[in-house]
Amino acid sequence: MSTAQANGVPDATSVRPEGDEALVRVRDLHFARGRKKIFQGMTFEVPRGKITTIIGPSGTGKTTLLKMIGGQLKPSQGSIEFDGQNVAKLNRKALYALRKRMGMLFQSGALLTDLSVFENIAFPLREHTDLPDSLISHLVLMRLHAVGLRGARDLYPAELSGGMARRAALARALVFDPMMIMYDEPFTGQDPISMGVLLELIHTVNHALGLTSLMVSHDLAEALSISDHVVIISEGVVVEAGSPEQLRASPSEWTQQFLNGSPDGPVPFQLPAPDYAFELLGTSTATGSDR
Amino acid sequence: MNSRTTEILVGFFMLIFFAAMLFLAMRVSNLTSLGSSTGYALVAHFDNVGGLKSGAPVSASGVRVGQVESIVYDPDQFSAEVMMSVGEDFVGAFPEDTTASIYTAGLLGEQYIGLEAGAEDIMLGDGDEVTLTQSALVLERLIGQVLFSRSGAE
Amino acid sequence: MIDRVARFGRFWLDALERFGRAQLFLARSLGAMPSLIPRFPLLIQQLYASGVMTLSIILVSGLFVGMVLALQGYNLLQGFGAEAALGQAVALTLVRELGPVVTGLLFAGRAGSAMTAEIGLMKATEQLSGLEMMAVDPFKRVYAPRLFAGFLALPMLAAMFSAVGVLGGYLVGVEVLGVDAGAYWSNMQSSVAFVEDVCQGLIKALVFGLVVSWIAIFEGADCIPTSEGVSAATTRTVVYSSLSVLGLDFVLTAIMF
Repeated sequence: MSTAQANGVPDATSVRPEGDEALVRVRDLHFARGRKKIFQGMTFEVPRGKITTIIGPSGTGKTTLLKMIGGQLKPSQGSIEFDGQNVAKLNRKALYALRKRMGMLFQSGALLTDLSVFENIAFPLREHTDLPDSLISHLVLMRLHAVGLRGARDLYPAELSGGMARRAALARALVFDPMMIMYDEPFTGQDPISMGVLLELIHTVNHALGLTSLMVSHDLAEALSISDHVVIISEGVVVEAGSPEQLRASPSEWTQQFLNGSPDGPVPFQLPAPDYAFELLGTSTATGSDR
Repeated sequence: MNSRTTEILVGFFMLIFFAAMLFLAMRVSNLTSLGSSTGYALVAHFDNVGGLKSGAPVSASGVRVGQVESIVYDPDQFSAEVMMSVGEDFVGAFPEDTTASIYTAGLLGEQYIGLEAGAEDIMLGDGDEVTLTQSALVLERLIGQVLFSRSGAE
Repeated sequence: MIDRVARFGRFWLDALERFGRAQLFLARSLGAMPSLIPRFPLLIQQLYASGVMTLSIILVSGLFVGMVLALQGYNLLQGFGAEAALGQAVALTLVRELGPVVTGLLFAGRAGSAMTAEIGLMKATEQLSGLEMMAVDPFKRVYAPRLFAGFLALPMLAAMFSAVGVLGGYLVGVEVLGVDAGAYWSNMQSSVAFVEDVCQGLIKALVFGLVVSWIAIFEGADCIPTSEGVSAATTRTVVYSSLSVLGLDFVLTAIMF
């Protein structure tokens, strides 16, 4: 397995004077749920200011990974560092302080269903600050405008389409100007226009605001089109990491099968099973006698 | 459903609760009479109070004039000491030779104290004792008397 | 054979683990209560959801239960010639037992299952995760308000149930069956002690309120975040709450009366 650093271009928005280019460092991560081993020694880095995508087949625990970076789950072994802090070792207060510097966009938006869109975005502000309503209103409208949903401010989540819900959730994730936004499967089930809108937003948000974006997806084409750095995971380990160009030129057969979407290759089409002729005829093909 | 409507309805809910509590306190339980301690107290000793409970009515000629406040065993007199409170309308209404008896309302009803006025001129005051008392009828004694009298007659 | 024993043992160990988790959950929810003071509107909202929404079913049930008590009570007491005691029979039964218990069962079915479904759905749609990631403690924002609201609402509803039941008993006993109105009320008043009967009935209801809300919220928060998981959790809430109410009723009655 390989780990790749960022492509050598210094990040102008980096705050750390030592020139630490990775915002998130995952080292030798192990995690199991019950008896099922989900991560078996993952190591990778998320460079600052860039869009990183974690790609892998469904069920490899990508959402779990985001939850672990956010501190909702603790690894059984290994460490996750966010901006130099070991996430698993923080107490509740420090963890909550850390979470204010991250935004997370869930697959379904995870908007609170009993609040309007406006109130949903205002929610973190109301909970964590004592800002007056007028100021909150300005902040919320700015974010709504950035995602193009000012006209939907009084709608309720039940009245939004999937794409609109994600945009609203993005506005909410941006409300504290976080250092990093995590996207959990943002492209799943979107029509082409919503897809285009989302791609545009993710790109703009990342570069205009100087954020770091971490996406988790199995929608290859979209993810590769906007990512600066890609990490491919499978079977609980990092298979390969690098820029989209580096991966396309990769010598690994597995990576090539994955990137091209070929039905057969290192991941075989036929699952392991007993001999077919034997199952059909009751004998092996050699003798040909029947029961 | 906006929050204003919600708040109004919750307020309404609390109101109904208070109404229910008021009803339970006043009309269902004996809180009203417990509160009115503006009358005066009388004491009586009984050999047997039977099923008399505190809060039971104290009546004169069938009209409720007060209630039983407490019943305790008096070890000095080897009898039950019953404290009654009588309404202030009836201050000085009972002469010294008033009799306090324990009756049962109906066949199996609750027990109460009936006061029968005597003929003395001096009236009972606050804290005085009603000296003439009649205990409750105890069923076992009654049966025993019947059996005894029957066996005696034979 | 050994496999069966192992499974049996594992079942009980899992149950114990779950119970322990529920205790920790309760402890953390109670710890989050002080933070309710600045969040008063949340509490009002939950009082509405648990209390006001259950009000109609409580009032109607209370009326019917009171009426049935009067009917049955009259039948029974007639055999002793003690119809005059109907008032106290109805009132004592309601205030001491049926008020808290039936309200507890109805609350578990109506408000408890609604709470479980709501929280379970929040878990399934990742709203709870979302709250955590926004550095908002779900214990403070979601669980504690509902716990406290249920704790308050149940005794209030029980009082209303008893009150309406007594009125229902009056309707049937006095108006229909001909029991003397004066006897109905005065016998009742001299037998029902406010502190011993009414208040202790309310204490029972307070305990039920805490337990039913706790079970409802925990089952919602602990469920498997799928639609089957939520519906299974809702069923569990109703069953466990009902059993707890009945079991606790026995214990509390033994202690108090």
